[in-house]
Parts: sequence; structure tokens; C-alpha cells
Amino acid sequence: MQTLIIACGALAREVLALFHLNQWDHMELQCLPADLHLRPEKIPDAVEAAVKDAQGIYDTIFIAYADCGTGGLLEARCAALGVEMISGPHCYSFFEGNVAFAEHGEITSFYLTDFLARQFDAFVWRPMGLDKHPELRDMYFGNYEKLVYLAQTEDAQLTKAAREAATRLGLSFERRFTGYGDLNAALKTL
Amino acid sequence: MSDEEDDLILDELSDEELVLQMHDDLYDGMADEIDEAVRILLKRNWLPYDVLTKALVEGMRIVGIDFRDGILFVPEVLLAAGAMKKGMGILKPLLIETGAPQLGKMVIGTVKGDIHDIGKNLVAMMMEGAGFEVVDLGINNPVDDYIDALKREKADILGMSALLTTTMPYMKIVIDTMVEQGIRDDYIVLVGGAPLNEEFGKAIGSDAYCRDAAVAVETAKEFMARKHNQL
Repeated sequence: MQTLIIACGALAREVLALFHLNQWDHMELQCLPADLHLRPEKIPDAVEAAVKDAQGIYDTIFIAYADCGTGGLLEARCAALGVEMISGPHCYSFFEGNVAFAEHGEITSFYLTDFLARQFDAFVWRPMGLDKHPELRDMYFGNYEKLVYLAQTEDAQLTKAAREAATRLGLSFERRFTGYGDLNAALKTL
Repeated sequence: MSDEEDDLILDELSDEELVLQMHDDLYDGMADEIDEAVRILLKRNWLPYDVLTKALVEGMRIVGIDFRDGILFVPEVLLAAGAMKKGMGILKPLLIETGAPQLGKMVIGTVKGDIHDIGKNLVAMMMEGAGFEVVDLGINNPVDDYIDALKREKADILGMSALLTTTMPYMKIVIDTMVEQGIRDDYIVLVGGAPLNEEFGKAIGSDAYCRDAAVAVETAKEFMARKHNQL
């Protein structure tokens, strides 16, 4: 019984780590480009195309995305395609656990995961034009107070990178170890 | 050729050339050049309202189109907005003095639980540029803040913004409260924000979803015209 996980590229390491840790040999991973997050309206079509390519080849297809800024459109598309997805608004939430994340209610926090700590320049700094126009920083981040690094792994280098990111954004820093949170729980059911 | 020789002398351009140059400079986010050009047009006895609409608002309209079409991205739009803001800083006191036309009054704010204000600030600026009086409530607004401001300011339009899928449902709470209080139809309600769409705007009972700042201005004008026609 083969299962395909169609995942956001920002989750590739984490999904593969869970395959390895749990010895889920019946699962395969296909990633969509992580930079779809910069244009979330494109996510439902990209997911649909990947699902249609895989239908008939796998017994089960699972979508490793949360809502991710699609405003419910991804959920509706997955329902129409007959595939399950991760519940919750985004990966920050499901890594911490959707219930715990909602309880924190931190509206002035900006989040990094392991992926974003590692790829901060490529996925945050440069797309926001801050490499060329650092004067825009406070227009983007002026209402934020804290950068919260939701760590999936114990990695001193990533913690250092996340702390440096907080300094560059002019925010205070907090590291919170989450592990894989609801991602593990969602994949375990397959 | 030296840089000095390359430099364009704005004051040597005709009015028409200068306005086109201002559109280019806005597009490129060149705030100092916009500042200089606004002062030149005023020195040539242009009405502040004409400088605003023909040079700045028209320039930002072009920026808005290219943003919508994926040619420009948020950083470029922010730089353009910064340049427009600089020009507006010169014109605003003069517009008040010269009694520029007022199309209506808008209360605008980001909804409770949401601190994102880039889009909201762009809409506020473009609405002001188009001749609306704007009362900006800032970020993280509970329902009472909106309703108190609408009544206090005798506003025509409510504008609500949200960037998060988790906060956009709050717009419905505000509209439902307006319905409960029997004041919903006293105001034009416009909503916007990246995760919203037209369907959502209709489902929560707003008058219109506005995709971007330029659409917000056009929609507000259209609804105000309809309102006047009803009187």
C-alpha cells in the first residue's frame, strides 16, 4: 500500500526525517516549490496538478499543507479532489500544535521554523526587498515585537541564525522547541 | 559622460514632460525627485489638487496596475508609496487651504488580532489622494472601535483590512454588529486584504471586496455616486 505525500518544499526535511524516524517505508514524498508561499493563490492549482498526476499510481495521497494563506481555497480544492490535508492555518501553528498555537494568541510575533531560519535571506530578506532597501524594514515589521523561532530540531547553528535574523529585523528573540508537532500526528494516521 | 551630464534637470522639462517624468519617478520610488517636481509644478502655479491627481495619483494608478499584473512586487510598491507620501506631505496643507473637493469620509482600520497595515496604509493614502477624508484607526481594532468611529466621524464608508486567514472572519463580526444595531445600511462597507476574495466579501455582507488600493478608490467613488443619486 503506497502513500504519496505532496508537501510544501519548506517541509521536505521534516517529512523525510519523520519517514526515517518512524520507518514509514510505504510513503514517498513529492515537494512543490516552497516559494509558492509568496503567491499562496497559486497553491490550490499546483496541488491539484500534482494530485492528478499521482492518481491511479498511489493508494493514498495526502497533502502536507495547512491553509497557508489560501483563505480556505486549498481546503475546498482538497475536498473536491478527495484528498486529506493538514488542519490548521499554517506550519507555525501545526508545528507548535494547533491548540497550543491558538492559545498563545501572539499577534505581534513573527515566526521562523528550521526551514526559514536556514533560508532567511532567500525567503524573507530578499523577497521583501530588504537587501536593496533596508529602509523598508520598519514598514514591514514596525508592528511586530518579537521573533519566535519554532525549532523542529536541536541545532545550535540554526538557533544562532534565527537570533541574528531577529537582530536584523529589530525584534526581540525567543526560541521555542516544538519538534514536529501535528505534522507527525497527521502523517501517523496514514 | 559624467553622472552630472546624465542628470535630468526637472525644471527644464515642460509641464507635460514633467508630469510623465513624475509617473516614472513614482514608479521607481524616487522620493527626492517627486519632492522636487511637486515644488516645481506649484511654482508654475499649478493647483495643488491638479498636482495630486494628475501627477501623483495617476502615477500610483500605473504602479497599482503593474502590481496587479505581477510586474511590480510589494517592495517596489512600498517605495512608490513612500515617494507619493513625500509629495503628499507638501500638498496636504495646501489642499486644505485651497478647499479641494471632498468626495466623502472613510473610517479605515485593520481588524482585531491583526497587526498588518501595509495594504491598509496604501488604501488610506490613495483614498486621500482621490479626495476622500480618511480617519485611520490603525491596527488590531475591535468592533466597538469601528462603530464608535463611524458614528463620531459621521463617516460614509467603512474600510476593513486583514492579512490573515485567521483574522479575516472578524470582518463578519463587525458587519453583523452593524446589522444588529440597525446601522448597516447607513454605511458603505469595503473590505480588502491578501487572503480575501470576492466570494468572501459577499458572504460576510460587505458591499464590495477591493483587490487593491486603486480598486478601493474606484469602488468608493462608484458607491458614493450611487448614494448621491439616491438622495
